[in-house]
Amino acid sequence: METLARGFGEAVQLLLEFEPALLEIVGLTLQVTLIALAIALVLGIPIGAALGLARRIPGRSVLVPLIYTGMGLPPVVVGLFTYLLLSNQGPMGSLEWLFTPSGMIVAQTIIALPLVVGLTMAAVQAVDPDLPVQMRALGATRRQIALTTLVESRIGVTAAVVAAYGSIISEVGAVMLVGGNIEGETRVLTTAIVLETRKGNFALALALGIILLALAFITNFVFYRLQLRQGGP
Amino acid sequence: MRLRIWLFVVVGLVATSCSGDDASEVHVLRLATTTSTNDSGLLDSILPAFEEEFDTRVDVVAVGTGQAIELGQAGDADVILVHARAREDAFVAEGHGTERSDVMFNDFIVVGPTDDPAGIARLSLATDGFRSIAGAEATFASRGDDSGTHSKEMALWAETGITPDPNSGWYKSLGQGMGETLNFANESAAYTLTDRGTFLSQSERLPALAVMIGGASIDQNVDPALLNPYGVIPVNPDKGGINVDGAAEFVAWITSVDTQEAIGAFGVDAFGQPLFYPDSEAWRSR
Repeated sequence: METLARGFGEAVQLLLEFEPALLEIVGLTLQVTLIALAIALVLGIPIGAALGLARRIPGRSVLVPLIYTGMGLPPVVVGLFTYLLLSNQGPMGSLEWLFTPSGMIVAQTIIALPLVVGLTMAAVQAVDPDLPVQMRALGATRRQIALTTLVESRIGVTAAVVAAYGSIISEVGAVMLVGGNIEGETRVLTTAIVLETRKGNFALALALGIILLALAFITNFVFYRLQLRQGGP
Repeated sequence: MRLRIWLFVVVGLVATSCSGDDASEVHVLRLATTTSTNDSGLLDSILPAFEEEFDTRVDVVAVGTGQAIELGQAGDADVILVHARAREDAFVAEGHGTERSDVMFNDFIVVGPTDDPAGIARLSLATDGFRSIAGAEATFASRGDDSGTHSKEMALWAETGITPDPNSGWYKSLGQGMGETLNFANESAAYTLTDRGTFLSQSERLPALAVMIGGASIDQNVDPALLNPYGVIPVNPDKGGINVDGAAEFVAWITSVDTQEAIGAFGVDAFGQPLFYPDSEAWRSR
């Protein structure tokens, strides 16, 4: 109980002090997660929309369960896979991305992508199936049909964005393995929490956890405002 | 109906898992220790004898020395087995533990990339090696996690008078375990300080690394600063809920000549040399 109270106190104190080391960790956390999210959205939303609209493509009965499985990928397995990919002996070793933010972005994109694809697909499928039929009758192109359907399913797509972001900002397995938790280079909030816990600095670890939650809340608040502006509930 | 059956099963499972400790008569001893004693396989090798002799189940929590000491301070462990002499003495002095006893030792070594860019392989003292590494600004991987190994590394840097800066580029503070730090050094052609046991048990997977300072075995290690003693401390009974008898039995058992012999024999078959050397008072005066 005492540690809990101390944790809250330290969180407030850390935030008020604007310590450069903490700001660096928060900055890198935002940088890595937001870039990974952006890549996952650019790739995942078109794929998800296409899968949601084209209901009779071959191999769908295997592809969809595969994507659903990907939505629950354990971050540590993704981290291990990315580690081996980027390692000196791995196929992409020459990039020298292991233990760099670039490598962490690769791993987090792999975690976020199936979530974006799967949830976008589900959202698009939930739109009235008559809409594409009517649009086609009115002479709309495929591109126009896809865009209109996406706008109609925007609440579901926002949920995809929020779910994907929540999964990568909170994961520690992949960024720890691929980034290496190097101070001043690849240390993010989750890996810092693991480190401080291991050191026995429970109050500081808890304070970092509170900051992580606050960061997630602020980001989600922004997403929600955007959704409101688009006319969602 | 089906839901009700499931509920019944879930409640049953929860109930049995909660009552597990009360139902059995077995005593439980909570041992907080460092990853090196557990990851090396030493505890798996010697603890069954204790569990059988004293009809006690030992719950091992293998964490960094910092967290192990914190667990003892919070009364969440009955006995601790760690390696960071200064902090062990402070733990006793502050009244968290009753008395520290010598158990065993192994040694630290400096490992590095086989091409040795800082040219330290011909040196015999770790502090000289550290000075050359800093002078050459060769990549150095630090545990950075407040572990016993990290404490030793910081003590060595303090002796050289150099304060390495994690933002300087060549000094990487990882905040990870020994295994991860060795993997990093292997991938990034970095030097690092490691306990010999962990390096020996993983050296097959670390083709880019070689021993720079400390020699092939502990007999060849001429730097007394690299000795790594382990101590055992029972947690102060005043914390409440401490298995006092179990902790006392454990200390007497691990320092006894028989157990010490088992510690010295561990690893000889697999690595051609012991990973830990017995060093209890009873062993020294046998």
